[in-house]
Amino acid sequence: MPDIKRIFIANRGEIAVRIIRTARALGLETVLGVSAADTESLGAKLATRAVVLGPAPSKDSYLRVGTVIEAARGTGCDAVHPGYGFLSENRDLAQACADEGLIFIGPSPDNLSAVGDKLTARSHAVAARVPVVPGGTVETLDDATVLADKVGFPLLIKAVAGGGGKGMKRVDDATSLPAQLDMAMAEAEAAFGDSRVYLERFVTVGRHVEVQILSDGDTILHAGERDCSVQRRYQKVVEEAPAPHLPPELRRGLLDAAVRYARHIGYRSLGTVEFLVDVERSEFYFLEMNARVQVEHPVTEAITGLDLIALQIAIAEGKPLTLTQDDIRPSGHAVECRLNAEDMAQDFRPSPGRVTQAWFPALPGLRVDTHMLPGAMIPPYYDSMVAKLITWGATRDEAIARMLTALDVCVLDGITTNVPLHRAILSDAAFRKGGVDTTYLGKLLAGTGENA
Amino acid sequence: MAELTRADIDEILKLVDGSEFDELKLEMGDLKLELRRRGANPSAPVAAPAPAPAAAKTSEPVAAPIAPESGGTEVPAPLLGTFWHAPRPGAAPFVKPGDTVQADTVIGIIEVMKLMNSVEAGIAGTVTEIAAPNGELVEHGQCLIRVRPA
Repeated sequence: MPDIKRIFIANRGEIAVRIIRTARALGLETVLGVSAADTESLGAKLATRAVVLGPAPSKDSYLRVGTVIEAARGTGCDAVHPGYGFLSENRDLAQACADEGLIFIGPSPDNLSAVGDKLTARSHAVAARVPVVPGGTVETLDDATVLADKVGFPLLIKAVAGGGGKGMKRVDDATSLPAQLDMAMAEAEAAFGDSRVYLERFVTVGRHVEVQILSDGDTILHAGERDCSVQRRYQKVVEEAPAPHLPPELRRGLLDAAVRYARHIGYRSLGTVEFLVDVERSEFYFLEMNARVQVEHPVTEAITGLDLIALQIAIAEGKPLTLTQDDIRPSGHAVECRLNAEDMAQDFRPSPGRVTQAWFPALPGLRVDTHMLPGAMIPPYYDSMVAKLITWGATRDEAIARMLTALDVCVLDGITTNVPLHRAILSDAAFRKGGVDTTYLGKLLAGTGENA
Repeated sequence: MAELTRADIDEILKLVDGSEFDELKLEMGDLKLELRRRGANPSAPVAAPAPAPAAAKTSEPVAAPIAPESGGTEVPAPLLGTFWHAPRPGAAPFVKPGDTVQADTVIGIIEVMKLMNSVEAGIAGTVTEIAAPNGELVEHGQCLIRVRPA
């Protein structure tokens, strides 16, 4: 495949700016497709050129495959970078790029199919000898009763075609199984036109640990793991690398399983395999594979020194990885805080508006990925994330201390942000000890945390 | 306060068009916008009697003050795609300068992934300029042609 000269960026916000950063470093031109609400954004100003895809709502702009392809071709781009979210894991976009002779900076349409549907992704995990949460598909109540007996309660019923919690039911005992199964199947049929469901054990306590994969199709490497257990309603809030206090055998097991999974599906690109880790039982289960760059990729970059976007572009150009596993030597510890424009006092209601001041000085060990500038408008149509602060330290304590300093020094005025939440987390004894599970933040917010 | 964009002005024009009012005055901070229907009298202070229609004739501002320098109202691209002046290569263009158009007159085609979307003028009047080149990419909201309203 030829070298890329001009990249069409089909995204917005900080990730558009992040991609432009690497493109500039590589001497590549960029065209940013924006909605009518983002024409004055930092990304639109920094890109070689910006074109308006459509009106503000994502479905009329950022989510239109045909418009993105037309815009990429019409502006003379030879590649499309989808960022994260929006069309990043959309098979139709990857296929349309292939049909139109554009390089999709991501995996193949087949790779996207392999990980796109939960059941297919799960069956690949089983085939690759990667542990999954005990469970399986059911078609009748009899199936469900037999399987539930093996899996145990509580359990979850999930739609095969599912996503976004639709068709998902928690079942606490055998008596409520028939009614919940009926409801889940009806909801799945209504939401996805596909009533197939599967049952799996509801693992109540676990850590969310994910492994960064780099693959050129032949050489498959991992760039260590990230711990993203600090979540609110399944949204990651604080991430770090490496995962604190992970026993060495468990870590090795996770890293090997992730590489095995990527190899099994013939994965070629940057990707992440997510696991639920039960530290006490020393067990882990496959959750899903994300076939794109992740929001939290900077913590991996901070401890490995890699530019993951540059590697993703090189792989898309068909270049073999020049790294070996031994070349990737993580050092120190990194923490990322996602700053969102939201009001904790109002149940985390988004707080769009005009930024009056934005100041992120270059403190030691601090990296800031943001599209904020004084005067920037945060439109109400999209995600509320406005900046990511990433700090590195020789030790975890140092990284946390630097983050607390950064939260005090940096200025983002005019809007309400979740900075107070980050201060509370980073100052909390349980978090500082390290190794919290996914129920941690909910408890902290409810005032029932260890140190609350 | 957000600045008024061309799209905002188009939206305001549509609202005025669909209303029974002949005139709109809008002040936002430093910005003053005055819109008046062609032939409508500039409004006088409430107490004063309406001037005779003839008196207003010569001092009348152009009916579409959003782009007075180019003599016409912009017809914006409703979507991003490749703009075609004619229904097929070699055919006569849908419209050319000097043509009279109605609101529902097709002025061109925007192609998105081999799907042809016809674009209507959205305003009645006389075509003054074909602004977007044939066969090239137009962005959402980009000016396609200009029309002097009837």
